[in-house]
Order: sequence, then C-alpha cells, then structure tokens
Amino acid sequence: MPIEQNADGLKVWQKRNRREQFTHWASWFIGVAVFVVCWQQISESTTWFFVWDAPRIAGDILTRATPPKWEYITQLGEPIWDTLNIATLGTLLALFLAVPTAFLAARNTTPSKTFIRPLALLIIVSTRSINSLIWALLLIAIIGPGVFAGILAIAIRSIGFCAKLLYEAIEEIDHKQVEAITATGASRWQVMAYGIVPQIMPAFAGVAVFRWDINIRESTVLGLVGAGGIGLQLSSSLNVLAWPQVSLILIVILFAVVLSEWVSAKVRGAII
Amino acid sequence: MLSLKSLTKTYRTGDKALVSVDIDIPNGQVVALIGPSGAGKSTLIRCINRLVEPTSGQVLLDDVDVTALSSSGLRRERRRMGMIFQEYALVERLTVMENVLSGRLGYVGFWRSFLRKYPQSDIDEAFRLLDRVGLLAMADKRADELSGGQRQRVGICRALIQNPALLLVDEPTASLDPKTSRQIMRLICELCQERGLAAIINIHDVALAQMFVQRVIGLQSGAIRFDGPPDGLSPDVLTEIYGEEDWQATIRKDEDEDTEAAVA
Repeated sequence: MPIEQNADGLKVWQKRNRREQFTHWASWFIGVAVFVVCWQQISESTTWFFVWDAPRIAGDILTRATPPKWEYITQLGEPIWDTLNIATLGTLLALFLAVPTAFLAARNTTPSKTFIRPLALLIIVSTRSINSLIWALLLIAIIGPGVFAGILAIAIRSIGFCAKLLYEAIEEIDHKQVEAITATGASRWQVMAYGIVPQIMPAFAGVAVFRWDINIRESTVLGLVGAGGIGLQLSSSLNVLAWPQVSLILIVILFAVVLSEWVSAKVRGAII
Repeated sequence: MLSLKSLTKTYRTGDKALVSVDIDIPNGQVVALIGPSGAGKSTLIRCINRLVEPTSGQVLLDDVDVTALSSSGLRRERRRMGMIFQEYALVERLTVMENVLSGRLGYVGFWRSFLRKYPQSDIDEAFRLLDRVGLLAMADKRADELSGGQRQRVGICRALIQNPALLLVDEPTASLDPKTSRQIMRLICELCQERGLAAIINIHDVALAQMFVQRVIGLQSGAIRFDGPPDGLSPDVLTEIYGEEDWQATIRKDEDEDTEAAVA
C-alpha cells in the first residue's frame, strides 16, 4: 500500500512500499549476478588465441577477396534471376494458401471456433516455427534438389507469417460495415466480398510486399542446401576458397536486396 | 404492417434488453423511439431484422413471422427492411456508387455483385436516388472522402434502393451537427412520405423527434413507458422515461415551431 498515514495524520505516497522496494532491488541483484556468472563461463570455454588472431585472419580474407572478380558476373545472371523467381512465386503461392487460412483462423469469420480455428492456428504456428532452410532440406529429400524445392520451402515458411498478420487484420475490422451489408439481405459470401474484403485490402497489400521483401533475402541462402538460386554459387565458391567470387556474389545479393526494398516501399506507398 | 408481439431479448450476460414489447405500426407511419442510453432502442430495431436474435416473441412484417424464418427466408425479408446507421456504416474504401448499389445485394447473385455487373435498372435507380439527395456529382468519390452529412445521405440511398417497405433508423443524427441533423431528419421523413414507407427512428434528441414524427414511443429499461403523439410528451412523461430533470426547455413550444417555419 503505497499510500500511508504517518503519525501526524499526513498522507504520504511512494511508488513502492518497503517490501516492494526490497524485491525490486533483489531481482536486479540476482539478474546482474547471473549475467556475471554466464560471462565467466563463456570466457573460460573460449579459445582466446583464435579471438586474438581474428583481426589478422579477417584482414587476410579481406585482402584476398578484393578486388572482386568482376568478370564472374556473367555467370551470376541466371542464378540471381532464379533467386528472384523463387521469392516471387513462393510469396504468391503462400498468399494463395494464407488467405483461406486467415479467414478460418479469425474469430469473427471462422466457421467453428472449437474445431476449425485451432486447426488453422496450428497450421500458422507450425509453418512459422520451422526455418525455410530446414523446409528446403526436407523438400530436397522428398522432391529432389532444384528451384521447385526452393519455391515450396519459401511458400510453406511464409503461410504462417502472412496468415497471422491477415487474420489479425480481419479481427480488427469495423463490425458496423459488416452489419450494414448483412442488413441489406446479402448472402454470407457477399458479406465477405463487400463488408470484409475492402477493409483488409490495405493490410493484404502491405503483408504481401513485406513478405516478398523478406523472401528475397531468405531465398539467397536456399542454394546453400541445394534448393537453387544464387546461394548455390555462393556455397561452391566458399568451398574452393574463391574469395574474389564470394565478394562479388555478396555485392550482387546486396544489390538485389536494396532493389527489393525500394520496390516494396514504392508499392506500399502506392496502394495504401 | 409491422407488429411486434411480446418481443423479449435477454443477453447472455443476463441483461434484459427488452421485456415483452408490443408495438403495432400501420403503413406509412413514422415513429420515433426515444429513451435513455441502454434502454434497448438499438436492440429493438436490430431484433426486427434479426441482426440481434430475439429471445422470444414475434416480429410480424405483413403477416410474415420474421422470427421463424430460415436464413434464406430471412435474407429475402431483410430486403424489405432498409437500415440506416448512427455512424453511417458505409464501406469506407468503396465508392459512393458501390455503396449505394450494395443495397441491391439481396437481389443479385454473388458473381454479378463481385464483378459489379449490376442490372441497368439498379444503376438507373441509384443515379435517381443520388440525384434526389443531391449527391449526383459525388457518385465516383470514395466514401471516406465525404463529410458526415453526405455520408448519411449515401446511407439513406443504400437503404432506399432496397425498395423497402420499412425503414429501421438507428440514431441517424447522433454524429452530425444541429443543422445537418435537421436536414437529415427532414430528408428521411420526406422520403418516407413520398414512398409511403413506415419507419422506426431511434433518436436521442427529443425536440428533433417532436419536430418531425407523428408518433413517439418512449422506452425505459426495455419496456414501453409512453406511446402517443409528440404533443403528449409532458415533463411528467419525460421524467418517467429519463428520470428527474428540468424538462421545460427541452419540450417544443408552438412559438419555436413558428420561428422554425420562418427560417425554413
């Protein structure tokens, strides 16, 4: 009770009473102590020779990697195009699957709160919780290496993300507009098309472009496990320690990501 | 044409919103429903088109028992009841024309409505209505670009294009300024007269109600406390509906009406 009366009958107010104050400081003390102990543990299990050596090695790699091997760019055109395709097609496929999932998951549109909604939420959680690299490894084992495995990996990974943001948008719509459309005698599908869809369009556009932007970055590494795209070149160059090629690939990836950020910013600005 | 027989609504929380309400409204009569917030006015008109499911009782619209209808039958009856809302409830991101045409959703199939391929007769009617409320030039604007009074006019068009027999009007003026409020009330009442529509208008503003309607029903705690002509609203009656207050200033006087007519 922060408000107390002292002997003179004067009311005093403090943010915390003595007991709360003590717990507050005690938890800070324990937190700091745990941090220090962990720091010590990590320090003991580190081979400090490698750490002291790190700047020299990094400098060494940097000198080997510069200048980038510019003529190698002729071989990167197709892989970067594959990467862009994996990201774009994967995003489209994900959106196609995420829209129905979102409608099934949203409290106000789901056909059944007890059966279908938990199922839809399970799809959202499970697809989101596994990284696209791991999806790619699984899919390569099932359908073989290549671009198609990459597209599926990106798509599956993105369903949860898109569906989650979409169903939150559906739950936040203005119910009065839905009520008004219902009152005209519209059918269930018409209510959806007129009362709900226009309200979630900005969210949909935003989610689509945002996820596409993320997927461009994710798809650049998919090649590391053999799922097509520029990551394939990156991993083979790393394997033979061809540092000038690696640096060129990194520049190309950077360029693609900057481009995608620019495009998504433009599109988002135009739609919303 | 509309009759409510011991209509009762008890919400799941146990709140009794309506307690055995009986109302009969003949063809073409405009009724104002007054009462304090939480008296059950909104629930009452939503029970008529079953946006809220009544707990018991009957709603008879020209001898069709609305409460007993299946969902497709209910959709057909909803076409005959146009609804106008407090905060307009337009679909903000659609154009004025799309909003007006959405009143025809009960008459056209899904794909026609989805592709916006409405019959020409509907489009003609939409233009006629927009012209009637003075918004013809706004047809292609997005609904969220309009002012409050304009939006409510679009809401009126959307209700009228249904070709209804009854208008359910929920606080049409609550978010409008006094002048626009009067214009909107006048428009609604004029249109009801032109088309011979019955209407139930929920309204907070007692003086405004008295100015325009033929009959006033006072609701308090889900039960009818007054039902009669607007002149019958005495301070005693208002005290019974709303509670103790000085009502002299609220009640319309004849002199007011005269100045009103002079201004108009």
